[in-house]
Amino acid sequence: MQLVCPAGNLPALQAAIDAGADAVYAGLRDQTNARAFPGLNFSDEELRRGIAWAHARGRKVYLALNTYPDSARLAHWQAAVDKAAELGCDAIIAAELAVLDYAARTHPLLPRHLSVQGSATTAPALRYMHERFGIARAVLPRVLSIQQVERLCESSPVPLEVFAFGSLCIMVEGRCQLSSYVTGASPNRHGVCSPASFVRWEEHADGGRSVRLNQVLIDRFAPAEPAGYPTVCKGRFDVRGEVFHALEEPTSLNTLELLPRLAQAGVAALKIEGRQRGVAYVASVTRTWREALDRLAAAPDAWQAQPAWQQELARHAEGHQTTLGPYHRHWH
Amino acid sequence: MKLSLGPLQYLWSRERTLAFYRAAADWPVEIVYLGETVCSKRRELGTRDWIALAHELAESGKEVVLSSLALVEAESELGALKRLVEDGGLMIEANDLSAVQLCAERAVPFVAGPTLNVYNHRALALLAEDGMRRWVPGVEQGQALLRELREAVLADGNGMPELEVIAYGRLPLAYSARCFTARALDLPKDQCGFRCIEYPDGLPLATREGAPFLRINGIQIQGEDVTDLGPELPALRELGVDILRLYPQADGMTRVIAHFDLVRHVAATPPPIGQRNGYWHGEPGMHVGN
Repeated sequence: MQLVCPAGNLPALQAAIDAGADAVYAGLRDQTNARAFPGLNFSDEELRRGIAWAHARGRKVYLALNTYPDSARLAHWQAAVDKAAELGCDAIIAAELAVLDYAARTHPLLPRHLSVQGSATTAPALRYMHERFGIARAVLPRVLSIQQVERLCESSPVPLEVFAFGSLCIMVEGRCQLSSYVTGASPNRHGVCSPASFVRWEEHADGGRSVRLNQVLIDRFAPAEPAGYPTVCKGRFDVRGEVFHALEEPTSLNTLELLPRLAQAGVAALKIEGRQRGVAYVASVTRTWREALDRLAAAPDAWQAQPAWQQELARHAEGHQTTLGPYHRHWH
Repeated sequence: MKLSLGPLQYLWSRERTLAFYRAAADWPVEIVYLGETVCSKRRELGTRDWIALAHELAESGKEVVLSSLALVEAESELGALKRLVEDGGLMIEANDLSAVQLCAERAVPFVAGPTLNVYNHRALALLAEDGMRRWVPGVEQGQALLRELREAVLADGNGMPELEVIAYGRLPLAYSARCFTARALDLPKDQCGFRCIEYPDGLPLATREGAPFLRINGIQIQGEDVTDLGPELPALRELGVDILRLYPQADGMTRVIAHFDLVRHVAATPPPIGQRNGYWHGEPGMHVGN
């Protein structure tokens, strides 16, 4: 199983490769990718250097072009596909039909991976993308149970990549408008979720804090209570007179204990989320998964998730909590 | 301009659902979308019931379209989707790519539903090759985007497919594998007891300072605002919108449909009967602040 790690910038790319990533995924410094955050991503020159760094070590670089261009901006996404080919990226990760179609026609030798943003959850959906645009791989949305992933591995026309660790989108990727409902800026169109420019923290006299997203109160925190980033899906709200995390707690996905089953099922690649995270996160999480994968390859029958690995991963998790998320039926 | 009744997004009892569509047979809507788009566990009406109801309504003179689930996960859901496509004998509203593929493989014409993520003219052209006849843009696409898209379609020498815009109702915003109604009631999804039937307009979710914000509807999240594009009718006409989609809400649909039937026939700008849809103006979808 290939380990695919996030690279929000050149130092993170290098850290991921050094820590044992088989491939990294990166984005350009614009809205063509789903982490279009200020201060993140690659200039052309940085990407060129990153690819050289990776290729010199026998690793791969995938370029995420996984947002949805409207008609007026389609040419910009097409130019980004050209750039991926010209710079020697090993694949693009795309979701949108016109982007995939352009890539398939113009650069047939540049492999196309279907992004998680493409929301393909079934064999017919994957067949569509495969027959239409010749995708070489698909990243599955974080909605399927482990049993469903296993079955899909059998019926999919292409190898599958699944999320292994990182912040958990609880909605079907590519199908969530909560950010745009509140701020006007969306993952699909702008590559952002709950952008920082709309976030306002308020300090209270008692030492507590409130956080708003474009004026909408997402949560209040007691003094010293840990406070996470205010995405709508991880706020506390009032439903039937009870205030709780109505959609999801601040928590991260961690599938480490499922590793043998994912390998057995024939999953081709594991993806680590977190291009917005720093070098320390990328290096530590990559190193941990590398070790877990290497141990599995060496002695599959003796494999067990080591407590030290779990502790290391929990350290980097949102709210220091992890969950098996949708892989586990009880989460649903 | 035609009126359509969008698919019922909530779980209503079988009796209530059938009574609703009996009434709809006499409403001045030309098109009715039928089927379960949110949760396959809901069984007040099964796939066969929806197909039977579709044929009844078709006989009463409506154009009926069978709507597919927005999120297809289980084999059983795929099986139901195949039945809808193969046995329905009607146009399908494809709400995910599984439905697009099954329709394309069987040469069944389809409507590209609002969760298909069509954002540009090239995607529309590709889907047209697959058998798309009509397009319902996703909720976040406003008039400026539609205008640009239309110009791009025409510049390519193509014609626009029939264009259907969500004109009334709570906007579907997000879908998950998780059932948020079951979560709110502290029930496991697999033993949910179909409690969403108790919330025929969704379960209200408010901020901690009591501001109504969202509606929980099983695995779907909707906006709280019942949006109304009626006041935008002049712009909708100018954009070449063919069909206004009205989503069923629990109360007052007879009045809502009578209103839209009246205003579509007059040139004057109609008074609002719901909230302004910010997306239409390129703004946040919800009404923020004062």
